[in-house]
Amino acid sequence: MPFAGQLYSGAMRMTRKPADAEDLLQETMLRGFRGFESFTEGTNLRAWLFRIMTNLYINRYRAKQRQPVESDIDDVESMYLYRHLGDLDAVFASRSAEDQLIDMFPDDEVKAALEELPEIYRLPVLLADVQGFHYREIAEMLDIPIGTVMSRLHRGRKRMQQALYEYAMARGLTTTPSADTPREARSNDA
Amino acid sequence: MPDCEETLRELDTFLDDELSEAGHDAIRQHLGGCPDCLGAFDFHAELKQVIAEKCQRDEMPSGLLSRLEQCLESEGLPSAAPVDDRTV
Repeated sequence: MPFAGQLYSGAMRMTRKPADAEDLLQETMLRGFRGFESFTEGTNLRAWLFRIMTNLYINRYRAKQRQPVESDIDDVESMYLYRHLGDLDAVFASRSAEDQLIDMFPDDEVKAALEELPEIYRLPVLLADVQGFHYREIAEMLDIPIGTVMSRLHRGRKRMQQALYEYAMARGLTTTPSADTPREARSNDA
Repeated sequence: MPDCEETLRELDTFLDDELSEAGHDAIRQHLGGCPDCLGAFDFHAELKQVIAEKCQRDEMPSGLLSRLEQCLESEGLPSAAPVDDRTV
């Protein structure tokens, strides 16, 4: 079964329910096998299957909901998480960024931050950040211009970072910023 | 060489590997001499990796794969795949 694990995770982030994700995956596989002669040998099979799944999801599930509009999320500053976590540098000084981030955000919170994005942002972030597709491939899958992919990706990422920060705050993880080494002070020293 | 503002503007396209070779090299050159920008780029590169990893950790419901295979077989389709996950 080609890419079943990746497609199932993609379906989970899209539909947010295991039963719906299984239906979406099954339908994707059926369409993929039935339409396999339209797949061009030598091109990216994974991208082709994700395109089928994205289209099925949009046509089947989006029809049930109000079409989201661009203004559905507030704009937040760029590099939201980076700027806000900068206050915690002292806590992190001895560890790599990756280790810190892996420990700071449990799997469920990262999934929730993605799944709670309005759909027009969720799909580009899912396809770019989780599945690693190129802008051009995402533009084809979603049938939108590359510039729109880029702007939705940018806004979606910022909103997702804000959500991650809010989860961490709610858990009390981001404790009182250390007074002696905030980012501003250090860069002034440099 | 791009300044800090121009460099940070390309944060997404750089990390998404969507810049031209020349554009990519120019950003790398700036990062080589600017610890502040490098810190920001490093952070976002790690964040992207962590998001990708964590959002793909899903346990498939038990029996899902065999249900899929049955479904394909009942349609008269070969459930043996042309490629598998290892060819990613």
